Amino acid sequence: MASIPKPLSAPPLGGLPGKLLGWVDDRFPLSTLYKEHLGEYYAPKNFNLWYYFGSLALLILVMQIVTGIFLTMNYKPDAKFAFASVEYIMRDVSAGWLIRYMHSTGASMFFVVVYLHMMRGLMYGSYKKPRELLWVFGCMIYLALMAEAFFGYLLPWGQMSYWGAQVIINLFGAIPFIGEDLAVWIRGDYNIGDATLNRFFAFHVIAIPMVLLGLVAAHLTALHEVGSNNPDGIDIKKNIDPKDGKPRDGIPFHPYYTVKDLVGVVVFLAVFTAIIFFAPEMGGYFLEAANFIPADPLKTPAHIAPVWYFTPFYAMLRAVPSMFSSQFPGVAVMGGATLILFTLPWLDRGKVRSVRYRGPIYKAFLTAFVISFLILGYLGVVPTTVWGQLSLLGGVDTATLVARVLTVVYFSFFILMPWYTKIDKEKAEPLQVTF
Amino acid sequence: MKSIIKTLIAVPALVLCLLSGGTAVFASEEVALDTAPINLKDQASLQRGAKNFVNYCMNCHNASFMRYSHLTQIGLTEDEIKSNLMFSTDKIGDTMVSALDPKDAKEWFGALPPDLTLVARVRGSDWIYTYLRSFYRDDTSPSGWNNVVFKNVSMPNPLHDLQGTQVLTKTGEKEEHGHMTPIMKLSVDRAGTMNQMEYDLFIKDLVNYLTYMGEPARPARTQVGVIVLLFLVIAFFATLWLKNEYWKDVK
Repeated sequence: MASIPKPLSAPPLGGLPGKLLGWVDDRFPLSTLYKEHLGEYYAPKNFNLWYYFGSLALLILVMQIVTGIFLTMNYKPDAKFAFASVEYIMRDVSAGWLIRYMHSTGASMFFVVVYLHMMRGLMYGSYKKPRELLWVFGCMIYLALMAEAFFGYLLPWGQMSYWGAQVIINLFGAIPFIGEDLAVWIRGDYNIGDATLNRFFAFHVIAIPMVLLGLVAAHLTALHEVGSNNPDGIDIKKNIDPKDGKPRDGIPFHPYYTVKDLVGVVVFLAVFTAIIFFAPEMGGYFLEAANFIPADPLKTPAHIAPVWYFTPFYAMLRAVPSMFSSQFPGVAVMGGATLILFTLPWLDRGKVRSVRYRGPIYKAFLTAFVISFLILGYLGVVPTTVWGQLSLLGGVDTATLVARVLTVVYFSFFILMPWYTKIDKEKAEPLQVTF
Repeated sequence: MKSIIKTLIAVPALVLCLLSGGTAVFASEEVALDTAPINLKDQASLQRGAKNFVNYCMNCHNASFMRYSHLTQIGLTEDEIKSNLMFSTDKIGDTMVSALDPKDAKEWFGALPPDLTLVARVRGSDWIYTYLRSFYRDDTSPSGWNNVVFKNVSMPNPLHDLQGTQVLTKTGEKEEHGHMTPIMKLSVDRAGTMNQMEYDLFIKDLVNYLTYMGEPARPARTQVGVIVLLFLVIAFFATLWLKNEYWKDVK
């Protein structure tokens, strides 16, 4: 057993800086906070590629807030001026185009990173005991993020902003009995208009960001309380070196993971800036072409598709047939698809955490789940006629049929989990992390 | 285990390939578009395009998010802009708004001619390049004109003096999906002041300008982008070295 690095505690500060730190520490737990969350927060030493996305999500959050502040300095939340003010930012504000592209690309990249982060949680069982609350906070962040993206997407006041919001608000209108009133209450008007734009602006720049920050704080607090999981899914706190009372497989977060995450940040920024500078529209996926036309309540675009990060759920919505001439079943399925994530920690009855030691059934279900999510995402972007019709089944759209099957696959990953994780043949976990 | 990870990485990659190689998101036209020979570095072409835009498009269309003063970016001086391009205003900071009264426009065309500032971002350069070369005479339409790319468009061909009058004629038939479809061809019926090559160049300059106007920051954006990426390559090796230096003692 080789030596495990000791925390690199800086030599005690002498002179004036030392006195100053002492003065602060007597009044605020600065040194303690540093030790608990960085200098002596022990993280497993076997983090792999999947473990970059948490810190990257934090980076994007900060970037979105900072670029957002600069955008609000010139943006006008007014149906008459909103579209023009965005173009003003793009043309007349110094580096305005850069700030705007950072913000629009950041929104999409936030979802890329968060989806990969969630995938990591699924693969290595990071939601399992004792990390249930950590997972629940994470799911709440995901919901808040979707709300933030939805409210923000109306602000440029382009055609897709307007009609996308129309479609989503009408979903609430599909809820039985209260739906119509609820939709009017959300819009603040009978149609999407200035009142809607103003309240969406308020939600986008104040309400949801505050909720997000609070949830992120809770997410990190819960993480540092229970400690990080790792690709082997074993508990490093069970293997303590009696000599110093530190976990044998743990290394202090700072400096080891700060310098490692720094490499991840640079690689991420390379991808991020390549998009900003060379393909800010990302072929119509990050900035949709129709959104360069000012919102026009009288002209419905030929094809309304939500931004890519909502499309798996949108595909499910379209796949579910309406019942009693109400869209509500589809809306319920779509809502259920996001809410079911919360229940994951209590559905999994497997003994091991990591996919590395899971049995073949779990692996098959996870693979099917990921594939169905990706294909649903694709189907949500394109019209339902994309793959033609099946004459055998009375001319039903092939894509709709596939989306139905995949919706069932998506839900069976969760609903059947208590059963298949119990009967699955798992492998023995190692005693120490493999590194 | 390794193979599972590989599948999990391969699947998104595959889907991305499908997405990028597959259908464009908003493509609903069946007409094959010609590729517009865009070159935003060609300032002479951009300047000619600006002149074409002001002389021909701005009789009806606005570019209400574009300021005349920004045309200094394509190598023009303020005096040149004032004396050659500005007809409806004398303030260089004004936006490029047409002198056409919106009320008249509505009466003449049935709808307001769309603002063209962002048209290249909405339709794409290739679409405009093909569209402006695809008008033909059609006596059944209210304006007397029709377009192969945009069926029953309410816009008449404003450039027919230059291009000449095109007609759409049937040149043969071909079999498609089991039934015969006519092959239609555009040809110049009455010559204009330009031959086809001159007209194509005229449209090329115009589309080049429209593309620039859709996003004036584009040349700067790609320039800065190269520098930023070079910096990040250096930063990558620097941070990687730092990380390896620290991680030497992790065993």
